[in-house]
Amino acid sequence: MRELFVQASYLVASVFFMLGLKSLSRAETASRGVNLAAIGMLIAILGTLVQQVIIDYRWIALGLTIGTVIGVPLGTRVPMTAMPQRIAIALTFGASAATLVGIAEFHDHSDTLALGQRVAVAFEVMLGSLTVAGSFIAFGKLQEILPGRPLTYRGQNAVNFLLLGVMVAVLVAVVIGIGGMPLFYGLIGLSLVAGVSLVLPIGGADMPVVVALLNSYSGLASAATGFAISNNVLIVSGALDGTSGFLLSMLMSKAMNRSFANVLFGAFGSEGGTAAVAAGGSDLVATPISAEDAAVQLAYARNVVVVPGYGMAVAQAQHQVRELAELIEKRGGEVRYAIHPVAGRMPGHMNVLLAEANIPYDKLYDMDEINGDLSRADVALIIGANDVVNPAARTDPTSPIYGMPILNVDEAKSVIVLKRGMSVGFAGIDNMLFYLPRTRMLFGDAKASLVKLVTEIKAL
Amino acid sequence: MTTLMQVYVFVLAGFVGFLVIARVPPLLHTPLMSATNAISGISLVGSIVAAGAGRGVVSTVLGTVAVTAATINVVGGFIITKRMLAMFKRSDRRPSEAPKA
Repeated sequence: MRELFVQASYLVASVFFMLGLKSLSRAETASRGVNLAAIGMLIAILGTLVQQVIIDYRWIALGLTIGTVIGVPLGTRVPMTAMPQRIAIALTFGASAATLVGIAEFHDHSDTLALGQRVAVAFEVMLGSLTVAGSFIAFGKLQEILPGRPLTYRGQNAVNFLLLGVMVAVLVAVVIGIGGMPLFYGLIGLSLVAGVSLVLPIGGADMPVVVALLNSYSGLASAATGFAISNNVLIVSGALDGTSGFLLSMLMSKAMNRSFANVLFGAFGSEGGTAAVAAGGSDLVATPISAEDAAVQLAYARNVVVVPGYGMAVAQAQHQVRELAELIEKRGGEVRYAIHPVAGRMPGHMNVLLAEANIPYDKLYDMDEINGDLSRADVALIIGANDVVNPAARTDPTSPIYGMPILNVDEAKSVIVLKRGMSVGFAGIDNMLFYLPRTRMLFGDAKASLVKLVTEIKAL
Repeated sequence: MTTLMQVYVFVLAGFVGFLVIARVPPLLHTPLMSATNAISGISLVGSIVAAGAGRGVVSTVLGTVAVTAATINVVGGFIITKRMLAMFKRSDRRPSEAPKA
């Protein structure tokens, strides 16, 4: 009877999780759906707590309490600008839970586990440890504790492949029962090293793919836990998590026109790019513009498209963007936002920042929605975006970003680029957009430039 | 035999997940990641058993740490997802209403 209740609670939780994710297909229904998922979680936890195998509640209570004490500020205090690293650290927590459960399982039952369960536990700790270490490094890069640029050395790919090869060999050995506990810990150690080693060479702008991929691994580790301890709700949510991460990383790498392999082993923008800059940037001159002139141009524009990029996130200029947009709208202009799928450091990064600044989401347009319409724009205002608006992706087959879908802002009637200086973007290549006759450069910190624009328009 | 059933569950859930998640617009991709993060805290159900089934010191200690880590994700994950979603608002239907200064 009690077991039936436990299983029923897991079924309800699984259904609620799916309904919760389904509600995320529309912004209007999303919040209610998340409530439903949270209720599902609560039911599953209650179902677990009444299980007959639980004989001691003290340690559970301790863990739940400490977790809540740490979790509440992580939910309420972390600013939206810190979302990428917040997600990365959450992946570390999630994967460590799965890994620890796997270790406990293997430690207690290694003699009695069936072959299927041994496979599951081995995958669980391998994917789990890989994700723990990988997301922690991603967190370090996003939090800027570690340098964001790719950390590379000669023969890195060879070392990584060797590492992965040894890891898989040890996994097989653990599954067939060689080496006992020491080799099992060896598998964990190797996976941790592999996680660090695989993420270190990946640069900041490739983080959306990596974070999504780690999300997928962490889901698969959960699902493996479910296989190991015969728990369906773990299998279901692990599968959901795994597909979600996989789908997102596929979308992200498609938006960069690169394969997984290229993102993971390509170390973009480290060497080849610098040569391209030296070759291209010599005799071309970008035309600067003063804040006064740019303000006049924006104030009298009927149709403005703002293109935000990572530079806006770094300068935390989203509130100034909204202020500027409101002024233009007050004068009768229309302001829309064109958002490239890989702008920023995680999937959907720009949308969250603009929403935080109270910009209504119906003014945010995906690349595919707005690209056909950019030629109508009087002004395209580029704020800290670079590679995602580089026309070389369309026109120059020798460019490293050739073939990547971009926002066609070069079709707009005029372009104003807010930029610190003439430095290259993440891909390390020059941007021909800056040298077009109708492009003007407004140099300076994005936030400071926007403040100047707002003051100037108010003075008109 | 049960393993086979579990593979069924895994594959079908993955399939449903694919269909459902493919319909999430890019607008909500960050809330999606943060919601799946919160849901991944379901490893709590495994952690609770490890911590409370009286299987010995190793299991209890590892289980307790796992309960802590998973609870952080559940609590923090759902709160921040709700917080994020609360920020996504539509513009006013009546454009005549001037936006607040």
